[in-house]
This record gives sequence, C-alpha cells and structure tokens, in this order.
Amino acid sequence: MLRRQLPLALCFIAGVFMAVQYFIPHSSVQDFYQRLLDWLMTLLAFAFLLGTVSLIKVHFHKIRNRAADRGFSFVVFFGLALTLGTGFLHPEHITPGSPFDVVFQNIQIPIEATMFSLLAFYIASAAFRAFRARTLEATLLLVAAVIVMLGRVPIGDVIHEGIPAATQWILNVPNLAAKRGIMIGVGLGMMATALKIILGIERAWMGGGD
Amino acid sequence: MRWFDRLLGIDRRWIFLAIGVAVVIPFFAPMGFPVVVTEPVRRLYDAIEELPSDSKPIFLSMDYAPATTPELDPMSLAIMRHAFRRGLPVVVMTLHPAGYGLAQRAIATAAEEFDVEYGVDYAFLGFHPGIAAVMLGMGIDIQNVYAEDAYGTPVADLPIMEGVRNYDDVPLLVSIAGSAYPDSWISFAYQPYGQRVAAGVTAVMATDYYPYLDSGQMVGLLGGMRGAAEYEVLIERHDKGVRGMDSQSVIHVFIIVLVVLGNIAYFAQRKGKRPAPQEA
Repeated sequence: MLRRQLPLALCFIAGVFMAVQYFIPHSSVQDFYQRLLDWLMTLLAFAFLLGTVSLIKVHFHKIRNRAADRGFSFVVFFGLALTLGTGFLHPEHITPGSPFDVVFQNIQIPIEATMFSLLAFYIASAAFRAFRARTLEATLLLVAAVIVMLGRVPIGDVIHEGIPAATQWILNVPNLAAKRGIMIGVGLGMMATALKIILGIERAWMGGGD
Repeated sequence: MRWFDRLLGIDRRWIFLAIGVAVVIPFFAPMGFPVVVTEPVRRLYDAIEELPSDSKPIFLSMDYAPATTPELDPMSLAIMRHAFRRGLPVVVMTLHPAGYGLAQRAIATAAEEFDVEYGVDYAFLGFHPGIAAVMLGMGIDIQNVYAEDAYGTPVADLPIMEGVRNYDDVPLLVSIAGSAYPDSWISFAYQPYGQRVAAGVTAVMATDYYPYLDSGQMVGLLGGMRGAAEYEVLIERHDKGVRGMDSQSVIHVFIIVLVVLGNIAYFAQRKGKRPAPQEA
C-alpha cells in the first residue's frame, strides 16, 4: 500500500493541483503554490548531493575492482577534493580571486573550452568524409547547409548580398515551419505523458520498469 | 592509386592541421570583413535602447558553462556594456552551477569600464538550483527566491532592487544560454506572467528560437558569435565577437571546400567503379 498507492496518490494530487492552481487566483491557493515551489527548490538542491554520492560510488567501485581505466577515477577524486577543499575555504561566498575561483578560472574554464573546441576539428573531418549528396534529400540538406554556413559569416555578405538574404529566408520559412511542427508535436507529447503520469497509467518513474 | 582514392584516403590529421592554421592566421592578419546587423539582433538592441533612463533593472541570466564561453561571453559583455553606457541597472543571475564564476568574471570586466557601483547600478544574485521553480517563483516574489545576493547581502538592502518585487517590475529579461534555458523562460516567465524575454544562444541552437521570434514571444535573439559580433557593431564596441568573425569566415569557407571536394571525389570514385557498358 505505502510503496505503490501512496506515491501514486501524491503524484495525482500534486499534478492536479499544479494544473488547477493556474486558474484559481485565490490567495490560499497561491500561498500553497508558493510553498510547493519552495519545496521543489529545496528538493532540487539535494539532486546535487545525490549526483556527487553517485559519482563517488561509481569511481570507488572502479578502484576497488581494479578496472583497467581506474587511473581516471583517481583524477576524479583529486579534482573533487580540490574543488570541495577550495570551496570550503570560503564557504560563505565565492569571490573573484578566492582559491575556488582560481581553480575554476584556471583549470575548469580552459579544460571545458578546449574540449568543446575540438569539435571544430572533428566536424571538418566528418563533413569531408560523410556529407554526401547521395539522395535528393541529402542534396537539399547540403545546399541549405552551404548557404546558411556562408550567410552566417561576414564573408557571405562579401561574396554576394543575396546569400544572407537567402539564409534568413531558410531560417524564417522552412526552418520555422519545421521547428513549429516539431514544437507542437513535442508539446502534445508532453501533455499526454504528464496526463499518463498524473493518472497513474505511466509508472516508470516509480522504478521497477512497469 | 587514382587521384580520388588518394583524396578520400587523406590522413585526417592534415585536415586538423589545416583547421588549426585557418583559425589562427586571421588573428595575426585580420581581414576586417564587414559585419551586417540582422533583424533578430537589432530587435534586442532596440528593446534595450527604448528603455527609459530611470528604468527598473534589466535581468541578465547567464545560463551557460565554460564550454560555450567563446560564443556566449561576448554577448553577456555586449549587453552589460550597452546597459551601463545607457545608465540602465543590470541584475545578473545564473541557473547553471558553472555560470557563477563566468558571471563574476564578465561582470568584473564590464563594470571596470564604466563608472558603476555594485548594489546601485548592478548586482549579482548568484546561482540557484531548480530552473522551473526559480522562474515561476520569481513571478510571485523575487526576494522569496533570492533572499540574499551572491555575497550574502540581503536583496532587500540593495538599492537596485528597490521597488522590484516580481516580473511586473522587470522591463526585460535576457537569457544567455548554452542549452534550452530560453525555452523555459518562455514557458515559465513569458507565458504565465507576460515577462518580456530575449535570448542569446549558441549558433547551433539559434534555429530553435525562430518560432518564438516570429510569434512575438521573444523580443530579440543573438545567435552564436555572429550575433555577439552584430551586437558589438551596434554598440560600437568591437571585442571578441567581431575579432572572431574573420576566423569563423575562413573556417566556414574551408569546411564548404572540404565538403565540395569530398563530393567530387566520391562521385568520381563511384563512376570509376561502375562497370563498362557491354557491347551488343
């Protein structure tokens, strides 16, 4: 009873309340809505703790089981200890120049920016090897991509003033129509899924895979 | 080995090297391609330009991680510079945990260029978890969500927040984001509370937001480094956005050349493999 019916009942009540409160501006309803939002923010803060515990468990098991790539797990623990340690040096707030900020500015920013920058190299190589005009659809995609790539950089204006105009047309007409269709479809799908969860038809969130 | 086989079999490290060279050279030999301003960028510029000088603060939500800083940092800086130049107060916040340090850095860079004072002309609310809950909560009472700023000062004590209770008192909210935060701002700030929202996003994300622009749900849009460059042109303060345009131009042309060459070689190879027609 407690393991199955109570979560389903809570989900139903919370789901119906969140949908209905939108139409009831009475202060008692809005006060409770505000309280629910506060609870939600508190709950979400614990997600970070959950994520950290999960990360520690995964890498602890790798080290204990002597996995082939366990060296990276030591790096994870070193990074975790370093950021946590420097963070706790000034737990009240992180100011520019504080140890945590120095670690963030000089290690995390360059590492993440480097990782993302590598995409340019792989995209160029992949475009050369895989972007082929094999079919009509692929050819249309290729032509559109070339126009947009040229139209989104200043050299497109230099080559021909029609290129940026064609780019804007592609973005404003076919792209917009396709995106709008996808968004309406996604919206309907979200509503259907939400209804299924509220009504207890979809129960995967409870675990157990049913 | 035939020419097309050689071309298609080229070691990809040569491509990597060429890309590296193509990115770096324009920084040493700028080409100065003109940056033409597009409509979505001008709309955001106009929205800030039209605010009265005694306006309540613009909210700038820097919702991105270090990976996207080359594209998004120039946008945040350009918007802060525009606001500070016009004497408009700016409240910065972030809903991305890694956005905290990036916001501090950008605020420090922009603030030192102007005669602005913390708490009066600008403030930093820091990071708060719970994207949708924060956005919805701000619609009721901002100080209930952010009781203190990033440095522990009660938000109620900040002069910049005087008379700012909820979205009714925020003339414009700009979300600079590396993922789908602007969608959430539209869903949870614009739709229920009518908050005017604009966005700055990475180039690959920009196409997702044209429906919002077209419907009027979004005030303006900066797409990728090009968007930042256009904004820098509008505020007449060229920085990393404009500087990056030469490299981006060269890279785009280079990739197009690679695609064309790849296709020529592919079709030549296919033709070469086709069996010769049999004589009757």
